Amino acid sequence: MQVLVAMSGGVDSSVAAALLAEEGHEVVGVTLKLWGGDSDSGCCSVSDVDDARRVADGLGVEHLVFNFGDDFTTHVVGPYVADHAAGLTPNPCIECNRHLKFDRLLKRASVLGFDAVATGHHARIEPVGPDGALRVVRGVDGAKDQSYVIHMLTGDQLARVLLPIGGMTKDEVRARATELGLRTADKPDSQDVCFISHRGGGREAFLGSRIPLRPGRLVDTSGTHLGEVDAVELVTVGQRRGLGVAIDGEPRYALSVDVADATVVVGAADELLVDGEALAGVVWADDAARAQAIGAVDVTAQVSAHGEPVAVTEVVAHDDGTVVVRWAEPQRRVAAGQSVVLYAGDAVLGGGTVTR
Amino acid sequence: MVSAYLDHAATTPMRPEAIDAMLPFLDVRFANPSGGHRMARDARRAIDDARDEIAALLGAHPREVVFTSGGTESDNLAVFGAARTGAPALTAAHGPVVCSAVEHHAVLDPVESLGGLTVAVDATGRIDLDDLARVLEGAAARAAAGEAAGVRLVSVMAANNEVGTIQPLAEVAELVRRLAPDAVLHTDAVQAFCWTDVAGLTAGADLVSLSAHKFGGPKGVGVLVVRDGVTVTPRQLGGGQERGLRSGTQDVAGIVAAAVAARLTAAGRPVEVERAAKQRDRLLDGLLASVPGLIETGAVPGEAGPDRRGRVAGTAHVCIEDVESEALLFMLERDELYASAASSCSSGAMQSSHVLAAMGVAPELRAGSLRLSLGWTTTDAEIDHALAVVPAAVERLRAGGL
Repeated sequence: MQVLVAMSGGVDSSVAAALLAEEGHEVVGVTLKLWGGDSDSGCCSVSDVDDARRVADGLGVEHLVFNFGDDFTTHVVGPYVADHAAGLTPNPCIECNRHLKFDRLLKRASVLGFDAVATGHHARIEPVGPDGALRVVRGVDGAKDQSYVIHMLTGDQLARVLLPIGGMTKDEVRARATELGLRTADKPDSQDVCFISHRGGGREAFLGSRIPLRPGRLVDTSGTHLGEVDAVELVTVGQRRGLGVAIDGEPRYALSVDVADATVVVGAADELLVDGEALAGVVWADDAARAQAIGAVDVTAQVSAHGEPVAVTEVVAHDDGTVVVRWAEPQRRVAAGQSVVLYAGDAVLGGGTVTR
Repeated sequence: MVSAYLDHAATTPMRPEAIDAMLPFLDVRFANPSGGHRMARDARRAIDDARDEIAALLGAHPREVVFTSGGTESDNLAVFGAARTGAPALTAAHGPVVCSAVEHHAVLDPVESLGGLTVAVDATGRIDLDDLARVLEGAAARAAAGEAAGVRLVSVMAANNEVGTIQPLAEVAELVRRLAPDAVLHTDAVQAFCWTDVAGLTAGADLVSLSAHKFGGPKGVGVLVVRDGVTVTPRQLGGGQERGLRSGTQDVAGIVAAAVAARLTAAGRPVEVERAAKQRDRLLDGLLASVPGLIETGAVPGEAGPDRRGRVAGTAHVCIEDVESEALLFMLERDELYASAASSCSSGAMQSSHVLAAMGVAPELRAGSLRLSLGWTTTDAEIDHALAVVPAAVERLRAGGL
């Protein structure tokens, strides 16, 4: 097969490229230039591109750089900023996968004659659906599993994406990289939001230079004033740290954020508990996956990148496209803007974004 | 398979005579030209012979020729060196620096870093002389009112690296002398030397940049002509080579090779220009006829088709509707046609072109830009190859929806 491998310059995608080349595929590496200029921190910096190129050189495969900066701004950074301004808690990695890696890159690969796009995600794609339908399945390394962030892959895309390292643990990936002499073998895992640099002042500075950050009031559920926060746009539902309120020694959590009113309602941990969540923009692996989810037999949900599976008792699809998921046991509220992904066992059925 | 290298504006192969000329200086004639002994004097003589030769080709006196490490260094030395005359850093006492909006980044970025002003170009990429006059008059008025110093430097390239437009440097010089008599006039002639009589074109300029690898010399050698009486503050201090304007041991082999390449280029220029212009016309006319939605960038309509006299002979620049440059270039590469879009950054990623933006090319058209640039080795077979593979690649991309 002719495979275009998305190489970030990290160890996972380096090994992914190496494995495919070893298997005899015709491999071309590509690094996506998504953000930033010559800065040497954060994503797609020149040194990451250099790492990817040198790994490709070592493997004897061609390496390209595609500049998708325009789409990254439109589909990832712009919405990230707008969501914060609206008091939501976005997950930009998911939007990048949705719009860049598994949309624009996949389309371009197909036009250029490639049979598949490969990435270094810790997840697998296996024929575990009815009649052997392909599904995203959790990676072998549970702690590193990334099925959650690539849950939006659907039938047609699943057939054209390869995840070569999904069957390996991170330790095995690193060991393999060392064995192959890859220069990225000891490179630390990437952290946090790739387009925000810590040296540049982190999330607060990034958002503060793009939207006004306004002080907000902290109130309890009865409306009693408890204190202040510096920036209501930076508060996430479920957040405890940084609010600086505790009552009778019990910590208080953000229960809801109203940006328009510059108000954060706080309460005790048990006040965070809800019976379910409403999701918008739900994408199903295929119609069978949707039907399986609606059946809600042995369906679990994951509500954060490395969260534990939560048992689901009911999944209701409304006519307006909203999907309501009901928990077996009350769970802490998920911040609006975050993704909830539904699984049957280890296989992804679909996922969507929590609405308010 | 036939292959075609049509990226000569990025760099062109070295002339074999230039390679031969440089080899002895890597080997037996290796001495440092700044030394005092006979071997050093031998190297020194080689540089001075090269300097004489290049000076004659540029219409300059040998003492006006400064060797640098390339076009970028020459441009930086010109802009910063002229702007900061007499002071380590630019101060309010120095006047503004001005350049055209389509300069190479080696001029544009230094000018922007000095808070400079840019002058508009028209749809063909030619500098808007009325806008230049407005900028210079505005600066003169502020200077007369005591609000600022007069314009310090004006930089306008001889020929554009992306689209090949030749600038009306005589008119520019006349305007600058009249409206900003104290300003230093710099010209980046890096893309012009192969295709125009640079001596004539740049006669009115105080500073002229060249780069050897664009005309068959080696990479890493450049020239800055600094006319007598023009003060340039060096950027690099040390051993005082190149009349103190560019300290550092000279690349003797490279300089010798550059002079040979320059001589051959100038000697063959009339014939080469005619050949390349014919090939360029056949290429552009063929593409215009065979690729729907392909536009010759900044074309000047003439009586019998586009009038390309205002462009260097070696550059064919087009924009193709509903095609993305990166995808197109990959397809072309697979068909062994090597070309480029706009300028590339150090990562190898494509950047959107400030040149096309300044010319007013619509963003959706800019996304599909393609530069095919010809050089001294370009054959008719390469043009045939391009005429065969470009339409096919565009068709495949469009069929795939990109």
